[in-house]
Amino acid sequence: MRRGMIYALPDWLFIIVLFVVPIVLLIVMAGSRWTLMGGNRGWNFPTNFTKVLHNELLGHAIGFTLEYTVIVTVILLVLGLGLALLVQESSAWNNVLRTCFLLPSATGLASASLLFYALYSPQVGPVTKILAHLGLMDANGSVLATGQSALWATIIVIVWRFSGYYMLLMMIGLQSIPGDLYEAARMDGAGTWRIFRSITLPLMRPTIIMCLVYCVTGSILAFDQFFILTKGGPNNATMTVVELIYNFAFDSKKDLGMAAALSLIVLLALVVINSIQMRGLRDNTK
Amino acid sequence: MISMKSIVRTTTAIAAAAMLLPLAACGGGSQSGAVSDKIPAKGTDDGAQITLWTRSPLERQAKNVVGVYNKSHKNKVKLEIIPNDDMEGKVGGASQTGSLPDILAGDVVRIPYWASEGIFKDITKQIDALSNKADLQQGHIKAGTVDGKKYTLPFITDVSIMVWNKDLYQQAGLDPEKGPASIEEFTSQAKKIAGLNKDGVSGSYLAGQSGGALAFDLFPSSWADGHEVMNDDGSKASLDNPSMKATLDAYHQLAETTNGLGAGSKEETGATWTAPFANGKVGVMPYPNTSVTAVIEAEKKGGFKVGVAPIPGTEEGKTATFLGGDAMGISKDSKHVAQAWNFLSWLMQADSQKQVFADKGDTASNIRTLKTAYTDADPRVQTINSVIIDGHGQTPKSPAFNEAFNAAGSPWQLLIQNAVWGKGNLQADNQAVSKVLSKE
Repeated sequence: MRRGMIYALPDWLFIIVLFVVPIVLLIVMAGSRWTLMGGNRGWNFPTNFTKVLHNELLGHAIGFTLEYTVIVTVILLVLGLGLALLVQESSAWNNVLRTCFLLPSATGLASASLLFYALYSPQVGPVTKILAHLGLMDANGSVLATGQSALWATIIVIVWRFSGYYMLLMMIGLQSIPGDLYEAARMDGAGTWRIFRSITLPLMRPTIIMCLVYCVTGSILAFDQFFILTKGGPNNATMTVVELIYNFAFDSKKDLGMAAALSLIVLLALVVINSIQMRGLRDNTK
Repeated sequence: MISMKSIVRTTTAIAAAAMLLPLAACGGGSQSGAVSDKIPAKGTDDGAQITLWTRSPLERQAKNVVGVYNKSHKNKVKLEIIPNDDMEGKVGGASQTGSLPDILAGDVVRIPYWASEGIFKDITKQIDALSNKADLQQGHIKAGTVDGKKYTLPFITDVSIMVWNKDLYQQAGLDPEKGPASIEEFTSQAKKIAGLNKDGVSGSYLAGQSGGALAFDLFPSSWADGHEVMNDDGSKASLDNPSMKATLDAYHQLAETTNGLGAGSKEETGATWTAPFANGKVGVMPYPNTSVTAVIEAEKKGGFKVGVAPIPGTEEGKTATFLGGDAMGISKDSKHVAQAWNFLSWLMQADSQKQVFADKGDTASNIRTLKTAYTDADPRVQTINSVIIDGHGQTPKSPAFNEAFNAAGSPWQLLIQNAVWGKGNLQADNQAVSKVLSKE
């Protein structure tokens, strides 16, 4: 028993230092008057939560984050699966395509956002000129000038950056499906659509749910891309929940207590959302 | 398998720790004490290494200052340049962990908040003992004064001035030697440039999503006409004054004019704010003087010709400027206070100001230097200096300045977006700014 505890000690230390201590600190911070410059000035629970829940930007930030999450998740999962199906057969041409799709994943998200910031810039980038030439926008405008266009411009960055990554995850799932099943189905006269619906999709369910969890969590925690491309603007139209946390901590409020309170709320929301998604995975494995 | 009992036990332990930690962590944030009288008037130069943080927009000037000091002193200053947007987070984190540099320089509008949060040492006695205190730029000293205690001195002065592209003026049939003398002239000249219909060329440019740049650009017109933008203690905004309204109307007209405001003005976060003018794509706009030096240098190498004038109000002949830049103080965590004071007191001297600023074509923070050390300087540099010497410059001061004006999505930023690109209600938007200012 004692020897077993000694063996488990490194794991326990790992969990305590990296998970328990930060969460305890987060809880303490959320319940304290803790300013960026001044440090902890004592327990003030539940003031930070009240201030966060009454903040005029919170409702919009939640709505916008959910809108972004839904759009990005649908596009990335459909595109990831589509690309995986497209290049799943091994051939020289498919290998080239796989590399092309996967290459943007090697770029850091911040670097990708900066790259697109330059591309979208009406001053130095070509996008405005091309769209204006095609008659799709005013030559004096910018794709980041309105909330909706800024949202879609950011989604394009994310799709470019992550679709290859989700293609890779989906391909791993596809390759784990035994070839015999497809062969048997074909011998029974099943067509491509029927095979996809009755074999590929059900057997891909664990992979799809895993991708769903990744994508939803990543999208709810979206920050870098909006911080670099729009800074939450114009008129706070692209303010995500995590940007609001940053805003509370380092920009407008300089209040780590409020930032921690909102972080705790987001953490709890993610636990609930992920539990629901994981239940889907468990139902499948019964 | 984790049992229910162990979950309860762990949760109780976490809760107990959570209750105890605030007690252990209490006690931060008090005002730091005054610097000892025993420090020599000129500080100590004994070969210590002093650390200094400042912002990236003032990198060139900061490197000049540090280079000259390190060459002439035993002490060595180790300079760290912080990206403008990271400054608050970096200073906040260092303040919490007691790892601030010996000397901290920051945007003068952030200084009142920093000083009130106790991150500087009180150097009232040292500042008052400076023989040339009256010659120094007072806005940077006032910004760091809390309850009569002085915490900061000027590090680098950056003022807003009006610049115009003389080449574009010539092409538009305007007098290239005559910049705008009133807001009305600014609008008409910008419209003429817009009328050139040249690819990528606009009448003016605005950083629509940078509250700091917007304040820097637009406040001076109100001050020029004798209007204030805030009350004395910075708790109430008066941005609905007639002069601000006229200025915003001018920008609204330009926004409605084809090529009136440069593409990207509405969503410009400040990252590329000065680039369009430097690239010769803008006719006329308010600009930071620290960036003018580079444009004048480019002109000498065959770039476009640039004109410089003070920022006008609505009435001809009345001008003002935003006295910005970085103020500096000795941080609460400094272990080399006497050496840090050596750097501060050295930089305040007229000789040092001439050597590090005047001789490099930059703006000094010492009025005597501004009056005497620029006789051979480019006339445009002398124009920039005149706006400081004339005493028409101001530095707005409020502990809530950042939240009301500088922060992303601040009410001031929304006021501009509504007034220039929308159909704003200036009074209501002004009240929204006041609401934030009065909270602190």
